[in-house]
Amino acid sequence: MNNSVYSVTKVKEHKFNWQFLFNELKPKGKWLTPFNIISIPIILLGLALIVYRFIFGIGSITNLTQEVPWGLWIGFDVVTGVAFAGGAYVVTFMVYILNMKNYHSIVRVTVLNGFLAYAFYTGALLLDLGRPWHVINPMIGNSFGTSSVLFLVAWHFVLYMLAELIEFSPAIAEWLGSRRAHKILSGMTIGAVIFGITLSTLHQSGLGALYLMAKDKIHPLWYSEFIPVMFLVSSIFAGLSMVIFEGSISRKVFFNRISEKNEKAQKGIVRGLSKICAVAMFAYLVLQFVVFIHGRNWGYLNSPMGYWFLVEMIGFVLLPMMLFFYSYRRGNILMIRIAAILTMVGVVLNRLNVTVIGFRWDLPVHYVPSWMEIVVTLAVIFTEIWIFRWVINRMPVLGDSPAWVSEEK
Amino acid sequence: MGLDRRVFFKLLGVTGLTLAIGKESVATPKGKDEVEFFGILYDSTRCVGCRTCEYECAAAHGLPEPSSEIEAVRKTDETCNTVVNTFQTEKGEVYVKRQCMHCNEPACDAACLTQAMHKNKTGPVTWDGDKCMGCRYCMISCPFDMPKFEFHSSNPKIQKCDMCFDRQKTGEMPVCVTNCPNEALFYGKRRDLIKEARRRIYEQPELYVDYIYGEHDAGGTGWLYLSPVPFEELGMNTTLQNSSYPALTKGFLYSVPSVDLLLPPLLLGIYAATKNKQPKEEENE
Repeated sequence: MNNSVYSVTKVKEHKFNWQFLFNELKPKGKWLTPFNIISIPIILLGLALIVYRFIFGIGSITNLTQEVPWGLWIGFDVVTGVAFAGGAYVVTFMVYILNMKNYHSIVRVTVLNGFLAYAFYTGALLLDLGRPWHVINPMIGNSFGTSSVLFLVAWHFVLYMLAELIEFSPAIAEWLGSRRAHKILSGMTIGAVIFGITLSTLHQSGLGALYLMAKDKIHPLWYSEFIPVMFLVSSIFAGLSMVIFEGSISRKVFFNRISEKNEKAQKGIVRGLSKICAVAMFAYLVLQFVVFIHGRNWGYLNSPMGYWFLVEMIGFVLLPMMLFFYSYRRGNILMIRIAAILTMVGVVLNRLNVTVIGFRWDLPVHYVPSWMEIVVTLAVIFTEIWIFRWVINRMPVLGDSPAWVSEEK
Repeated sequence: MGLDRRVFFKLLGVTGLTLAIGKESVATPKGKDEVEFFGILYDSTRCVGCRTCEYECAAAHGLPEPSSEIEAVRKTDETCNTVVNTFQTEKGEVYVKRQCMHCNEPACDAACLTQAMHKNKTGPVTWDGDKCMGCRYCMISCPFDMPKFEFHSSNPKIQKCDMCFDRQKTGEMPVCVTNCPNEALFYGKRRDLIKEARRRIYEQPELYVDYIYGEHDAGGTGWLYLSPVPFEELGMNTTLQNSSYPALTKGFLYSVPSVDLLLPPLLLGIYAATKNKQPKEEENE
């Protein structure tokens, strides 16, 4: 079926064609899919709520208080979302730096996923800013708050999005059939990868470092001076679990876009990723254990928050870790997918425990997100999936590049 | 060899002199015109709980007049920068005024990525609406929960005590200090305030607990408190660390330039080392 796409690109190789771009913008395929039926009303409702929020203030649709000024939009959309986008830096490290070429077929989709995640979570961040028209201030140099962790995170965010865009750009060039641009952009890949991995190391840990000053506000089981290291290590298996999960969805939904060769490679890739996840999770558990002992936290265990901590650590780190090990040895892909889902739940729990559930756990009235905050979050995620689907259906992401790319080499 | 004995001794002499003189000049103080932090000493034994400071503060900052009804324990919020609470203790009713503490090393200032929250040279921590992007990271970081955000405004501001910075610039004292009828508030250089607080405790040890809240708490604050009863009975957080809060992020911030500089060459090295070993894509499946 890819032939039709190739013929289009062939035609417009000679001159840039606006008609082609216009045609590509139009939706393809059926309109009334179950996903569309669910997502369209939620996105529309989300948009309405966003308009309402900008007129009447953040408090009009959120349950945030003076004591808990960051809620679901930061704790889930930004902090958790960025952890899940960690797959991009891990996979590009494996493929471009360690030259593990057998993972090459998942690079583009992972980078695309990462880039869209960042673009949308930064977008979600704008909704949470009280004075978003000043968002450019830390960038333009009239007021550099260089002693701020958030300043570093902001800069690393922006630069990393640029790096990911460069990493993905050859796919855009192939879609547009622009050979010259493709050659230049491909040459920039390795630089962007090195730049991107460095930036990721720092902003993944930086998101944890944001909470270092909230020492008295976060439950001691989740607060330690090692939050940045924990966030970095857990972003490895968070990102890879997302890659496994997204892969299992994509091969069902976009089966017509996946080339035969990539489909075959899939099983070996999933097994390999499962091993990496297991090892990273083992390291993470050891780290958590050392911090737990070092912090003399035994006393907190026999309390509701202590049980909750054990649920997170045993049910959603230890258990999926063992599942990953076991199913890697057995080659059981279904079990690996289950382990990936458990791991993702665990990462959501961990990030929310630091940012929302364990934050001011001692208050008499706890922060619980309003239904409107949840709808806006869902709207952001659905819009991202729409864009993801649009790109997958047009650009060579899951499938092979057009023939002229290999001729070029 | 161009170095004979004479040259050697000359060099030795010059080196010795440089070390001796150079060291001396480094050791001199930076200049006498250095500004000291100003602060306010609050003596709860003198406070009568009249709440004049609350009304004057609201009027001076264009905030709504405080309601005359008094709940048990109130907190400052986006409509009021200071509150006076009443506590029943074994020494009778004790009043406590609460507001931004104006830390020596404020967490909010370190947290702010646009320098909208700023510790001024003379002590007050102020907020600049032209820089603030409303991220509320200052609120997350402040150990006293003092920056307050207008959640119900489309153009929200951060509200908190600014120690009447504009008045201080013209040489006037903060409105709460000027209008206090019983001299419970004492304005001056922080160093002098600590001396004064020590003097009061020393002269009337039966009246005060032997503790100046804010001398070391959270790394030292601009507001200093004296009390007849232990501070935890007055709803003050006495478990705060004595080092400053920005110190908690120092380790991370210092590691950032090292990682940014060291990781890329390392990655480039690994890349170069593995580049030529190119197994066929199908091999490992």
